Amino acid sequence: MRSETFYREQEMLGRRRRASDQRFRLVGMVLTLGTLGVLGALLLNLAVHGLSRIDWQFLASFPSRRAGEAGILSAWVGTLLLMLVTAGVAIPFGLAAGIYLEEYAPKNRWTAFIEINIANLAGVPSILYGLMALGLFVYQFRFGQSLLSGGLALACLVLPIVIVATRESLRTIPSSIREAAFALGATRWQAVWHHLLPYSTGGIATGVILAMSRAIGESAPLITIGALTFIAFLPPAPLMSQPPFVSFDWLFSPFTALPIQMFNWVSRPGEEFQSNAAAAGLILIGITLSMNTTAILLRRRAQRNIQW
Amino acid sequence: MVRSASPSASLSGREPFSAEAKVSAKVQIRELNFFYGNHQVLRGVTMDVPALQVTALIGPSGCGKTTLLRCLNRMHDLYPGNRYEGSIQVQPDGTDILGAGVDPIQVRMRFGMVFQKPNPFPKSIYENVAYGLRLQGVNHRRELDERVEKALREAALWEEAKSRLHQMAHHLSGGQQQRLCIARAIATDPDVVLFDEPTSALDPIATSKIEELIVELKKRVTVMIVTHNLQQAGRISDMTAFMYLGELIEFGETNRMFTNPTRPQTEDYISGRFG
Repeated sequence: MRSETFYREQEMLGRRRRASDQRFRLVGMVLTLGTLGVLGALLLNLAVHGLSRIDWQFLASFPSRRAGEAGILSAWVGTLLLMLVTAGVAIPFGLAAGIYLEEYAPKNRWTAFIEINIANLAGVPSILYGLMALGLFVYQFRFGQSLLSGGLALACLVLPIVIVATRESLRTIPSSIREAAFALGATRWQAVWHHLLPYSTGGIATGVILAMSRAIGESAPLITIGALTFIAFLPPAPLMSQPPFVSFDWLFSPFTALPIQMFNWVSRPGEEFQSNAAAAGLILIGITLSMNTTAILLRRRAQRNIQW
Repeated sequence: MVRSASPSASLSGREPFSAEAKVSAKVQIRELNFFYGNHQVLRGVTMDVPALQVTALIGPSGCGKTTLLRCLNRMHDLYPGNRYEGSIQVQPDGTDILGAGVDPIQVRMRFGMVFQKPNPFPKSIYENVAYGLRLQGVNHRRELDERVEKALREAALWEEAKSRLHQMAHHLSGGQQQRLCIARAIATDPDVVLFDEPTSALDPIATSKIEELIVELKKRVTVMIVTHNLQQAGRISDMTAFMYLGELIEFGETNRMFTNPTRPQTEDYISGRFG
């Protein structure tokens, strides 16, 4: 028989353990709320300063010496075109590298070395990508201080993210699915194309969107390659009414982008330029948040639709 | 080295009533060695798998029975460091599927496989069955429809599935999923269907359906099945091969193997003394 004191001690102990549980719950909650609070305060601050500035005129005007007439037309068009180049380069290269490493490459020292270095690439400061792009794309390849150079720099920056996302989503597919395809006589390429890629689209798309939302806010590499801060014109249109209907001249056009426009306004004196910067910031953060939301929704949907 | 009794010898012990005494070998395995890197898993396996019969591979875990099964559709080629020695001839054409210049993909189109756990693709029931056909270049809608229906009927799944062919395969129960995998494997009319413990993840009722199906299947296709379940081997197989430590210890008619094994290891295993 256990004595009464045993049970009393057990109860005390239990109470103490529950108390420490409660303490952690509280500390954790406070810290989480604190972090969210900072983000909230940031958004609120931007909204207070910038919300009233966002209107059609702001979106449809070029930058100007007069704050009230200035807008972000060239900046958002520049950002949009940059993302086109970045996605156009980072997605095919990232997918190909991810598929190769996960499905084709032999597991040896050489591929282990490549894997480690992809992880390393993800950690390289973005300004170094800017320096590389300046030397390689701007001067060596003579692409100039253009959308092409900027987009390529950002593509290099986010390439590791796309590769890792591709590999992770391929890895979630059980090997029994691969074997099912191979046992029916599929080649590796058919297994990838008919099964592995379709089943991992959700995960890959999520990774690509997260990569793009990382790229969209980058300014350091763009400044390094010499993106201009004052652009009062749009790049040549990619579509034309006469043959050959498409033109790639825009790739070689000088450009600006939202973060650079913001940077320019923030560094100017005057209350009004500050609220321009806040308004541009609001739009940038709005784009980023909605991209991330899309990514989360996509991931959810993918998880719901595919079971093994 | 241990040699199996030649199958013709064991078959001659059968009742003369059946025409099966004249059964021809579908797959002739000769001196098969298999290596994972430097580790030898199969040692000099020689056996004749009879056509249109069910051949069971039994033996304790790690004896090489699944490895042997996966040699037959060259699944080992998917992973680096694996090596075969010997020959595996498939009749009637006598192709050595281990021969130089033989494409493993062609081999896999002749040998269907059903795995331990049901592994349908996350696609519709129809697309699961049609996939092997599509790989072989069948694209006509009508032909696909017909052959999908035929395969589902042969897998005893048609009645349950016909109203929902275009629903996801994962809405089926585990046993139905495994029958779907069987339909997928037989849709392309393979010469041989390889079953790797197909009921180990299923309940007894689903298991008995699969067993009935396998017995039914041998009317038109040669079946090889790896099983841990001796009763199952006894219920559904015509021939049984007992493997131990990578060697084929004994191979013969199932009834005789279970009642009158010639080798002491076989008797020990069958009577439950080890394994």
